[in-house]
Amino acid sequence: MNPALVRLFAASLGRRRLATALALFAIALGVALGLAVQLIHEAALDEFGRGMRELAGEADLQVRSGRVGFDEQLYLTLALRPEIAEASPVLELDARLPGRAGTLRILGIDLFRVAHVQPALMPVADDRDARFAGLQPDTIFLSAAAQDKAMGKGRGVLRVQSGVKVVAFRVAGTVPGAGVGQALGVMDIAAAQEAFGQVGRLTRIDLKLAPGVSREQAVTRLSPLLPAGISLSQPEASGTEAAALSRAYRVNLTMLAAIALLTGGFLVFSTQWLSVVRRRREFALFRALGMNRGTLLRGLLLEGAITGLAGGLAGIALGHLFAALAFRLIGGDLGAGYFEGLRPSLQFSPGVIGFYTALGVAAGIAGAWLPAHDATLMGPASGLKAGAAEAAVLGGMKESRGRGALACFGLGLFACLLPPFGGIPVGGYVAVALALACAVMVLPWATRFSMQVLNVGRGVVWRLAHARLAAAPGQAVVAGAGVVASVALAVSMAIMVSSFRVSVDDWLGTVLPADLYLRASSAGASGFFDADALKLVENTPGVAFIDTVRATEVRLIDGRPPVTLIAREVSRGWGLPLVSGSLSAHQRDDSTGLPPAWLSEAAADMLQLAPGSTLSLPIAGRMNLFRVAGVWRDYARQNGAVVIGRDVYRQLSGDLKVNDVAIRVVAGTSVDEVALALREVFSDDLVDIAMPGEIRKLSLEIFDRTFLVTYLMEAVAIMIGLFGIASTFAALSTARKGEFGMLRHLGMTRAEIGRLIALEGGLTAAVGVGVGVVAGGGIAWILIEVVNRQSFHWSMDIHVPYAGLAAFSLGLVVLAAMVARVAGYRAMRQSAVLAVREDW
Amino acid sequence: MTRAEYKRRRPSGTFRVYDSLESMLKIAQLGKTLATAPPRKLFELLSMEVGAGECVAIIGESGVGKSTLLNCLAGLEPVSSGSIRVGDTELAGLGDDALSQLRRDCFGFVFQAFHVLPHLTLLQNVAVPLWLQGRHGAEADRCAQHMLERVGLGTRAHDWPRELSGGELQRVAIARALVHRPIVVLADEPTGNLDPARAMDVLDLLLSSIRDGGAAGVLVTHSHAAARRADRVFELRQDGLVQVMAAAQ
Repeated sequence: MNPALVRLFAASLGRRRLATALALFAIALGVALGLAVQLIHEAALDEFGRGMRELAGEADLQVRSGRVGFDEQLYLTLALRPEIAEASPVLELDARLPGRAGTLRILGIDLFRVAHVQPALMPVADDRDARFAGLQPDTIFLSAAAQDKAMGKGRGVLRVQSGVKVVAFRVAGTVPGAGVGQALGVMDIAAAQEAFGQVGRLTRIDLKLAPGVSREQAVTRLSPLLPAGISLSQPEASGTEAAALSRAYRVNLTMLAAIALLTGGFLVFSTQWLSVVRRRREFALFRALGMNRGTLLRGLLLEGAITGLAGGLAGIALGHLFAALAFRLIGGDLGAGYFEGLRPSLQFSPGVIGFYTALGVAAGIAGAWLPAHDATLMGPASGLKAGAAEAAVLGGMKESRGRGALACFGLGLFACLLPPFGGIPVGGYVAVALALACAVMVLPWATRFSMQVLNVGRGVVWRLAHARLAAAPGQAVVAGAGVVASVALAVSMAIMVSSFRVSVDDWLGTVLPADLYLRASSAGASGFFDADALKLVENTPGVAFIDTVRATEVRLIDGRPPVTLIAREVSRGWGLPLVSGSLSAHQRDDSTGLPPAWLSEAAADMLQLAPGSTLSLPIAGRMNLFRVAGVWRDYARQNGAVVIGRDVYRQLSGDLKVNDVAIRVVAGTSVDEVALALREVFSDDLVDIAMPGEIRKLSLEIFDRTFLVTYLMEAVAIMIGLFGIASTFAALSTARKGEFGMLRHLGMTRAEIGRLIALEGGLTAAVGVGVGVVAGGGIAWILIEVVNRQSFHWSMDIHVPYAGLAAFSLGLVVLAAMVARVAGYRAMRQSAVLAVREDW
Repeated sequence: MTRAEYKRRRPSGTFRVYDSLESMLKIAQLGKTLATAPPRKLFELLSMEVGAGECVAIIGESGVGKSTLLNCLAGLEPVSSGSIRVGDTELAGLGDDALSQLRRDCFGFVFQAFHVLPHLTLLQNVAVPLWLQGRHGAEADRCAQHMLERVGLGTRAHDWPRELSGGELQRVAIARALVHRPIVVLADEPTGNLDPARAMDVLDLLLSSIRDGGAAGVLVTHSHAAARRADRVFELRQDGLVQVMAAAQ
């Protein structure tokens, strides 16, 4: 296309600055949100992976277990094998910092081995210290990030929790090889085993292979030597695990951004369509002057592409800004807690920038496609006639694409049945997109149908507005498509979040039946109760009885994060919200005699087990068979959890430690008094003492914070939907000024014209909102039953916030009426005299 | 004239025939100065009376202010000086809403570009002025149907405007202009968009309808052929309205 023609088309964007700006803004927002999510997440993963690589150093293979570890005898066995050149034993633990949030990663290492295998972990003593400070049992070396994180006023001494006691280490130097954001401490392995009650245990062995031995060969030959539950894998595997862990959450956020982009595409569609309608005579003239269809089509697509490109570039800038702000304010974690504590820095990647710019352009072109195609089909002669534009408004998109809508519906249902692809519910997302498409396609029909139902008003304003919508349902598509998309998004999220929240609330009620809870630390960290500590709890006045929970980790599937193994009393029947199976330990139809295990939904999904089947669990280096007695709902451990009886666990493992204690108080005793008494027994810094109400409140607060980002995105989508109403009515009012002028001649007052526009806007929005609410309900169902189940493996009870949705819908309709009226005000203000003289 | 009085004088279903001496529209010493810099005098000292059942045509060169005069008569543009009386009502000094009410009750309009609403059926289009007066349902439909029959489109009441030719659209517009029995009908180039053969038919229909309805008709046109069909013809000049053709009796 020659430059003059390019200018001819591009200049039209400048003539409708408001509409172009709104479409551009919407695209920019969609691109920015998607890009920011990706940038933040990639930087976090990158940082995580880099940390992992540094720790693994030059190791070819790693022997790993969950945090529970394995016997150090394995190290001796492996070190003697001819396939191994070097083996470096590691005890890794998350040390709880008394009185501080979070934990510090401490690596117990063999100083002589680490130099050959993981040079980055090599500690360097401060000048004043002896050369072999690393060998002394009470010293630790901290990376720069760990110094910032863990050290308070008392520089030179690190205090960490072990069991329910505090141990102090002298900080003897630094770990210069650790990456910038890596908070970790390094100490002698024997000292660490001693200090944290892990004598004789390791969590990892890093291996360097002998020359000529390939990784595959080594894995084949060494695997038979490993106890059950211990894996031999390449160091990169842990990075992959982290990626798998947070992928579902990231994909969910990206999909929200995609919907913002989609709404932006709708907005381009609205503005382009209206602009094309208004310029019909112009195009007819071009065509009469000899412009061919192809040039016209390309010219109009170019307009969309320019809007998309500008929006895409603005979105790239905005996305980097969002990501930089997020790194500064909240670090690398997007609210779900996967990368807490990581402080990555912003990276520029030409590939990602190119991709997101292209996405913006694609949204612009896609939005412009239908209007452009429509314009080329118009015959030049009919386009030149007076009233061509108005005829096009009425004629356009009148037909519901019934067959298309039906096809979308059917395909959507089918997509819901598809299994997840690589852990991502691709079918679910496709179904969401199809549901949206279906909703937009039935919009003309819905408009006609509602107008038939609503044929009740007598007033002239009502009659005119009603007749307009009934005769021009295409107008509803143009104005309402954005509303449908954004309302569907908002409603589906509202239903999903509300269902989730109510389910979490119910769930918390079930899992927290005791009066008081004591927690030494979470599953992986260094705090625990021993027998002495439990005695102290039991003997506290007012305590009726206690139940203990031991939580550790086991590896059940290679390449997936470990599953939490929970050992506790189940037969008392409290605190396990079953979705299938039973709590009774002895079932009548059970002939196996195996001990029972209860799987969380995530674990059941991943292992593909149902009640009645057999499960083998690696405990203390041996495989043990269990019978799956039931499946329970767990919102706390996304990687899955298995509950087994406390006594069974103790018998198999010999592990008597306890993480949590649930306390029932003597009837008539105040819970507060018991809590106070326990606080005197244990230091507040070392043990969390909480009442179920507090835990519940805190959990719901965390829940709300996690979903804050989705509320923000919803608000943005709604705003974009209202932009659609505004730009459509501004454009339509200009196109219809002849009509309004005539009505003024016939004696309608300005106020009545204003009411007419507002009523049309309100009715259009009402139909859009109605269709959007129905579509949103469907999408909510997809999100709950397909997307959540497949990405997070948890079920929830559907709970529709009717009152909230009704208020939201009503508010949106009123807002749309106001927006339409404000946008159409120009048409009301315009002199009726001028209006009727124009040959429209 | 208030709306109540108007209704009293016009019992529904009958066409009151006014005495042709009774003037329905009377302008006196009318002047219009455009608020340009410097102010430009468009016209001044215009005087004219139009009786019931009488049609006058106003011709003049382009830019002389014919359409502006028509807009002033309809209360859509303020005048700079002089007076306009419609029936017993003086337009000068009325507010926007009062003028709207007056147009609703006392005026009918025919436009060059027809301005038939594409999203209403012919019957609904014709009924709009009745709706505006608060008359709905069967009665409004009956009046509109009656009016459509008078303009020869009685069988097409439920058709859509897009199915009509230009001449037919203007017939609908004429029906709409007269359905509520206005006392003044203003027509701006009513045949401007029509081919000559159709134009004269439509014009005859318009004029006879105005006469039958006992309204005062004011027709602004370029076309001398069209103007000759009116009862009197005025030429608008900057210094006044000059009658160039007397009543053809």
